Amino acid sequence: MSQVEFLKGNEAIAKAAMLYGIDAFFGYPITPQNELIETMSHVMPANHRVFVQAESEVAAINMVYGAAGAGGRVMTSSSSVGIALKQEGISYCAGAELPCVIVSVSRSGPGLGGILPAQSDYHQSVYGGGNGDYRVIVLAPASVQEAVDDVGKAIQLAEKYRNPAMVLLDGAIAQMMASVVLPTQPLPRVDTTTWAATGDFKTRGTRNVINSLYLDPAKLYAHNQHLQAKYREIAKNEALLVDHHPDHHDGAIIAYGTSAKIAIGAAQRLKEEHRIKVKCIQLRTLWPFPKQALREAIKGMPFALVAEMSMGQLFQDVLAFTRSDTIIGYVGKAGGEIITSDDIVNGYLQQMGGEQIEHSV
Amino acid sequence: MSIVFKKTTGLTDKPFSYCPGCTHGIIHRLVAEVLEELNILDRTITIASVGCSVFAYDYFNTDALQAPHGRAPAVATGVKRMHPEKIVFTYQGDGDLASIGAAEIIHAANRNENITVIFVNNAIYGMTGGQMAPTTLPNQVTTTTPLGREIITGAPIKMSEMIATMDHIAYVERCMAADGPSIMKTKRAIRKAFECQINQEGFSMVEVLSSCNIGWKMSPVDSLSYIKNTMTQTFPLGVFKERKHETNH
Repeated sequence: MSQVEFLKGNEAIAKAAMLYGIDAFFGYPITPQNELIETMSHVMPANHRVFVQAESEVAAINMVYGAAGAGGRVMTSSSSVGIALKQEGISYCAGAELPCVIVSVSRSGPGLGGILPAQSDYHQSVYGGGNGDYRVIVLAPASVQEAVDDVGKAIQLAEKYRNPAMVLLDGAIAQMMASVVLPTQPLPRVDTTTWAATGDFKTRGTRNVINSLYLDPAKLYAHNQHLQAKYREIAKNEALLVDHHPDHHDGAIIAYGTSAKIAIGAAQRLKEEHRIKVKCIQLRTLWPFPKQALREAIKGMPFALVAEMSMGQLFQDVLAFTRSDTIIGYVGKAGGEIITSDDIVNGYLQQMGGEQIEHSV
Repeated sequence: MSIVFKKTTGLTDKPFSYCPGCTHGIIHRLVAEVLEELNILDRTITIASVGCSVFAYDYFNTDALQAPHGRAPAVATGVKRMHPEKIVFTYQGDGDLASIGAAEIIHAANRNENITVIFVNNAIYGMTGGQMAPTTLPNQVTTTTPLGREIITGAPIKMSEMIATMDHIAYVERCMAADGPSIMKTKRAIRKAFECQINQEGFSMVEVLSSCNIGWKMSPVDSLSYIKNTMTQTFPLGVFKERKHETNH
């Protein structure tokens, strides 16, 4: 039996995480994700789980490192500038191969920026700001329901691959209210006894040590090769996009998150008002990037438009990853302005003939 | 033949990476002996920090996590909240605890996390080659205070005194590893700190004044005298906080 509730995105994510069986949540206030930690502050203790309001985002991600290293199913959440502060800890979690979930509710930047929604943290999420050759799984929901579903998926992927997984949504999804189906059962557990530092080494027979330090370059190179092999496996298995218009072949709009939601409507308008059958391709994973599926989806098309609430960050990757004869256009804005259906329709019509627009990429 | 002395089972067989003359090895042994004597090795989780003691996870015969620089108390918080029945301790130097990790230690103490902190204060950044630490003494020469520490760089931070202002925490003592009696006293303090955790009394910290003869550019013997005669002038020994036998959790 499913549980349906009318909730704000942030609240829905918090409740879902608890229901999926998160053991511990460590957070710090930052707009626009405050309702997430506020909800966690009561649903977690009420269900005998751990909630700590940390002294900083830096401390919160290190609590995650500790609790995940001790075998817990752990989550933190933050927004843009706060995620920037967590990067050191995310690199440590990736290096020590700790499963954990990071919910990133992006606002606008750079710097303190603003508190309105943007997708300007694409690079921050996909490429990270921590040191070293590491990767974070990045899921990109476009609705409150998808955000709820992605939290569950992030837990499963994090545990399957022993890797941090991020759910990246913008403040619009976090702040909107929607009817959502919440999980009814906790997700099944994976065995962590072979590696988690739980303080039972005598009964276990070996010491479990959580560490990312390898002073011997040969050992560190081998560790990096091991990580890369894992990342190749993730890229092979988990890259995902949704083609919202499988029967449209005149062109495409490529987007994720809130931009994808708006692009679905724009594609509809292009068909109804301009008789152009354009498909909306929604990227559901940003890392791994669904390169192969995207190449196939736009194969033979004269034009595809990237729509994003950032200044060409996604456009740059689409250019790099598609490597096709299809002309790639770009429409986007940032700073808290929400991209509109008009922006996308007009951008498509202007650029479909090959007219180049100015961009910094 | 009977065995009259043997290495504690609280330490692994891994040789220490510490410089000859350094007192980290002694403090490691004291902690390990206490863990063995309290029979808690099999339920202890060590949190190593960044600095000379970064490899503590290789030396203590327990499960362990290596924490980012300064973050050991936050990592310990995560571990302890997951496993409240386990014993969790951090082993941190003064650069790690009093400089980059000042926020994490203050707030872990303020939350009265039921963890134990072993704070090794040698008034210098040893591992990186002897730079000034927040604990460096006035006029002390380091590689970043070549003319001696001046007040414009700050005064030595007294972490034990600062943390002891928190009324609700369990135990704070400053000791030194300078000679036989002071080492035995340090061991008693470490034991008491772990007993506080076992009894769920809350946050406990033992600061140990320690030597860095290489960084200080002194002989090991002179270094021990320096702890005793000079460091204790700035960092007086004593119990700063003892909230007796009240369970706080």
